[in-house]
Amino acid sequence: MQAASNASKMIYLLRLGDSALVLSQRISELCGKGPALEEDLALANTALDLLGQARLWLSYAGEIEGDGRDEDALAFLRSDREFHNLLIVEQLNGNYAGTIMRQFLFDAWHTLALAQLTQSSDPRICEIAQKSQKEVTYHLRRSSDLIVRMGDGTEVSHALTQAALDQLWPFTGEMFTGDAIDEEMTAAGVGFDPAQLKQTWQTYIDQVFTVATLQLPRQDAWMQKGGKQGVHSEHLSYLLAEMQVLHRAHPGAKW
Amino acid sequence: MYAQLVETGAKKVPTLAEMTPEEQAFQAKIDAGIKIEAKDWMPEGYRKTLVRQISQHAHSEIVGQLPEGNWITRAPSLKRKSILLAKVQDEGGHGLYLYSAAETLGVSREQMVDDLHAGKARYSSIFNYPTLTWADMGAIGWLVDGAAIINQIPLCRCSFGPYARAMVRICKEESFHQRQGYDIMISLMRGTAAQQAMAQDALNRWWWPSLMMFGPSDAESINSAQSAQWGIKLFSNDELRQKMVDQTVPQAEHLGLRIPDPDLKWNEERGHYDFGAIERDEFYSVLKGNGPCNKERLATRVKAHEDGAWFRDALMAHAEKRAARAGKAA
Ligand SMILES: [Fe+2]
Ligand SMILES: [Fe+2]
Repeated sequence: MQAASNASKMIYLLRLGDSALVLSQRISELCGKGPALEEDLALANTALDLLGQARLWLSYAGEIEGDGRDEDALAFLRSDREFHNLLIVEQLNGNYAGTIMRQFLFDAWHTLALAQLTQSSDPRICEIAQKSQKEVTYHLRRSSDLIVRMGDGTEVSHALTQAALDQLWPFTGEMFTGDAIDEEMTAAGVGFDPAQLKQTWQTYIDQVFTVATLQLPRQDAWMQKGGKQGVHSEHLSYLLAEMQVLHRAHPGAKW
Repeated sequence: MYAQLVETGAKKVPTLAEMTPEEQAFQAKIDAGIKIEAKDWMPEGYRKTLVRQISQHAHSEIVGQLPEGNWITRAPSLKRKSILLAKVQDEGGHGLYLYSAAETLGVSREQMVDDLHAGKARYSSIFNYPTLTWADMGAIGWLVDGAAIINQIPLCRCSFGPYARAMVRICKEESFHQRQGYDIMISLMRGTAAQQAMAQDALNRWWWPSLMMFGPSDAESINSAQSAQWGIKLFSNDELRQKMVDQTVPQAEHLGLRIPDPDLKWNEERGHYDFGAIERDEFYSVLKGNGPCNKERLATRVKAHEDGAWFRDALMAHAEKRAARAGKAA
């Protein structure tokens, strides 16, 4: 087995941390504005879990880098081209069907990814993955349940949920497309080959969509990519502008 | 405070002799410190007053998510972001327990929320002020949650069981909220000149609105006297406000902040601080809907509710479909 370089491992950790952070930030935008009080509470809970996970990944990424950057330096002082999150998590909240569909497609991938990482040769990654896995299992249970309720609800909710699926579908391909860093991490036993998750993911979402009476988009649809490599949609820069504005206005300040 | 100026419908507080035998028995229970439960007999005025008070309190928790929610996405560190998110989530949870406590009195959450959105129900005036800087997160936790605790600790002993029990649960979380607010202020005061100025500015803006949370002087109020007789108001507004000032002044001194009140002075004889009077005009005008953010706050809640209608309908429709399928299967 070949040892992974620190530079690659850092990017690998940033991918995990940035996806959790950016999704948490998106969900936080909805604070106090959900469609029901119970949803507000659940959204805040999900945002909190993901934020906690992001902090663990980013802190570790900073340690691996060894330049003294902590979680805040990485969260608040990188530009969008230096973020490595999946494109799907930076997509706008849209209506609530969009919010939950984005969550569902990501959760279904996230649980599988974390399960792989609990087998990592890096004990710290194992530990973070194990802790996160419990939370994300619950996220997936909740988002799956809501997809069924919205899909098989009223005509209106069905149409909105289907439209959300169609709109977000092109952002799912990236979750299963590996690159040189994935290969290096897989070879070192640190990470996993994303393509391997595809079949299990597909089977799971097929089951949920069948119960939800939703139509799966075409399998050969064109897929967007680039987030993992730092090439994002236009949305991310705005999200970061809001997130980073105060921190950047007071360089070096402690809060 | 979270429930300000609660109408009781009383023209005059009745004496024991003026009460019916049922009312006398009810009053005797309250005087003996026995909790009233939802299924017990109670005067209609007591029920209505409690619905008003508890629902105002619940609405305050819900609307109160917005001013702090305004800074979650801009929190200056991930740790602060996490603490603030958890705090705002707690406030939503408080709203949920309180709506449930009010529902035991025979009013639905839907009805209460509709009343809020129609402008028929109040929520605390404090949430109609804007949160302009990060230091406002500190000032709100320290002062607003601080005021909430002062008001709510006595309510843990109030006569209505479900409300008293909800308060016990809520108060535990409020003290964590106050600590995190004070902790933000400490960090700012240990920080740069800009951070210190931000902290002082936040105190300047939040001090008087926080004192207004206790409502106008109510020494002569019939509503307050009636609520006192019913065991749902245990101290006067002025007593609670005094407590707030006495508790907060040393904390401000410890932080190195100035309280924006030229009349503030320790009174050796009374053993309390003397302080200036709240501006009644401002208080009433904010309460009537003319605060800087009244329209915005309510519009945000109404929009969330209206935008969410299709979602709530979907959940209902799905539940009905499921029940129908289960019926067929059985
Ligand atoms: Fe609260
Ligand atoms: Fe609170």
